[in-house]
Amino acid sequence: MRNFVLAITVIFSLLFVSNCVQKGGNGGNDSGDTVKVGVYLDLSGATSSYGKSTKNGIELAVDEINKNGGVNGKQIKLIVEDDQGRPEQAKTVISKLINQDKVHVVLGEVASTNSLAAAPVAQEAKIPMITPSSTNPKVTEIGDHIFRVCFIDPFQGGVMAKFAANELKAKTAAIFGDVQADYSKGLEKFFTEEFTKLGGKVVSTQAYTQNDTDFKSQLTSIRQANPDVIYVPGYYGEVGIIVKQARELGMKQPILGGDGWDAPELWNLAGNALENTYISNHYSIENPTPEIKKFVDAYKAKYNEDPDALAALAYDAANIMADSLKRAGTTESQKLRDAIASTKDFKGVTGSITINDKRNAVKPAVILSLDPESKSFKFKTTIAPEGSESSEEKPKDEKADAKAANANSSESADEKKDEDK
Amino acid sequence: MDTFVQQLINGLTIGSIYALIALGYTLVYGILKLINFAHGDVYMVGAYMGFLIAVYVFGSQASIFNFVVVLLGAMAIAAIIGMAIERFAYRPVRKFSRMTTLITAMGMSLFLEYLFTFIFSGVPKTFPLLIQNDNYNLFGEVTISTTQILIFMIAIILMLGLEWIIHKTKIGKAMRATSHNLNSAKLMGINTDFVIAFTFALGSALAAAGGVLVAQYQPKIFPLMGLMAGLKAFVAAVLGGIGNVMGAVLGGLLIGMAETFVVGYGHYVGIPSTYRDAVAFAILILVLLIRPAGLLGSNVQEKV
Repeated sequence: MRNFVLAITVIFSLLFVSNCVQKGGNGGNDSGDTVKVGVYLDLSGATSSYGKSTKNGIELAVDEINKNGGVNGKQIKLIVEDDQGRPEQAKTVISKLINQDKVHVVLGEVASTNSLAAAPVAQEAKIPMITPSSTNPKVTEIGDHIFRVCFIDPFQGGVMAKFAANELKAKTAAIFGDVQADYSKGLEKFFTEEFTKLGGKVVSTQAYTQNDTDFKSQLTSIRQANPDVIYVPGYYGEVGIIVKQARELGMKQPILGGDGWDAPELWNLAGNALENTYISNHYSIENPTPEIKKFVDAYKAKYNEDPDALAALAYDAANIMADSLKRAGTTESQKLRDAIASTKDFKGVTGSITINDKRNAVKPAVILSLDPESKSFKFKTTIAPEGSESSEEKPKDEKADAKAANANSSESADEKKDEDK
Repeated sequence: MDTFVQQLINGLTIGSIYALIALGYTLVYGILKLINFAHGDVYMVGAYMGFLIAVYVFGSQASIFNFVVVLLGAMAIAAIIGMAIERFAYRPVRKFSRMTTLITAMGMSLFLEYLFTFIFSGVPKTFPLLIQNDNYNLFGEVTISTTQILIFMIAIILMLGLEWIIHKTKIGKAMRATSHNLNSAKLMGINTDFVIAFTFALGSALAAAGGVLVAQYQPKIFPLMGLMAGLKAFVAAVLGGIGNVMGAVLGGLLIGMAETFVVGYGHYVGIPSTYRDAVAFAILILVLLIRPAGLLGSNVQEKV
């Protein structure tokens, strides 16, 4: 017994030590003619698909900016750190970026939990941080130096609830979320609120934790409740298996999710089980606007694959950063912060982006349906931020749709500044 | 009723996997009194070895033959790795205190986890499906899939095989003798180093089988997959009585079912489904408090 207690103590101290070990610095103090941009992402952990896409998007944008002469006559230098998808490691690497490498601005993370862990460090050092894709509202509430270029969970969760109630005519829903992820918990909460408001009923709520692999017991409970739709606001790694095991249990309901599903690995994990599933996302590659086309072509030429939404958001985040640096005319942190905060109608790949007084981006979401045959996301509809006239637009044929939807999207983003909380 | 039977099947499936891993803990503990914390990671290594064979030898093609080769291949490679771990990590420190070996085992565990993260990256890999997976409707809403049937059958075959090795073969007799008293066994002319290596090989092969089977059930494999599975199997081994082979099987099945029923029925008594992982450790604490020897463990029973 005593040995056992000792053993447990040893395990925890080992884990602690392994977390504290830092990678050797690759920064150093170099001359003043570069703008140093810190990037921290999950490049080797469970959500590293997001990290890689985001890194690709940022690098593509920075390459283009540097080729065109950089900002204010300075070249942008990226310093990329891997946080292994762990909040405590995210905190460590952002401290390294700010204190050792002395970066002027930080880009990252994708997962809200990691952004939440790291953002206080940036806020305390008064270094502006832009997260390309953390959708949990709490992230930007940390302080006035934290920004995001994506929509937030209340909007995303609500969008899916609207789609379920109005388009799929669902009366009952079950929710199956990741209990450890702030992202998942946020979506769950706002989906439930909106769905209940629209007259629906949540009949079963189940939970799992990251890296769980068997979901059949929770799914069996959900099956007993027999909901019209199942909302699974998780990340692709678990979602793929959940969808597969749900179909194995004979559950044929539509399964709904968020932007966390968007990763190429999902098709391998779940395959044909992805029939009859829908997600909310930031943009659709099928939207043929000039910005999207230019970005998709450049991305394909460089990386030889289709960009996912995270790559697009990362590209926008890096470009907004560069645009703000130009407008600020300096890397001085207060001025840079103010410049980012006053971003208005920036024509990004993921729509027209305006930063509101809560430092969040106001923009529409798209609903995509998954097609296992072609392993691609098919554009269904665009849902604009609440309050705008055409809050739901269902186009009739695919090509015309995409154009209409996009036109609609930029308008509504202009109209709406800060409805979205 | 349908839901109950379905949960039972779910619990037994995951329980069989825990049982296969728990056997390795119990075998090694029986002989060396060592809790081999790297064992959960051998399970992960087994899954990755199966993945390599399935993808690079068979090009992810599904057939019974491919499945059997992948399973046996992964078991064989894991057995060799298990022996290597014993030879190079544990044997040099065996003469020191048990705490030294225990800490070495933890180091080995971290080493394997991060070695595989380094080689394969932390991105989960998708294990190819080697057997056509069909769902059979038993009655009402109760379904069972081919992979679930496969997991039960192979787990039972392997456990019976292990029983046979321990009780009916010469090496099994040597294992029992070594477990009883290592020094006396040595005096009786038993090559205890070989017996220990063989035990590690056996335990590692079973864990690898668990790894390949679980990868057929849910196709996601990643370098840290052995962490939680290993801990749960360890609890299973303690619950059944560590050092006791039948106890490990019983413990594994009980833990699997306990988890499933917490998820399925916990909310009726106010336990949310997120307590799934907590239940295994609550059981561990209860066992240590109430019956430290485990369900089937006792001082007179022979240990292997």
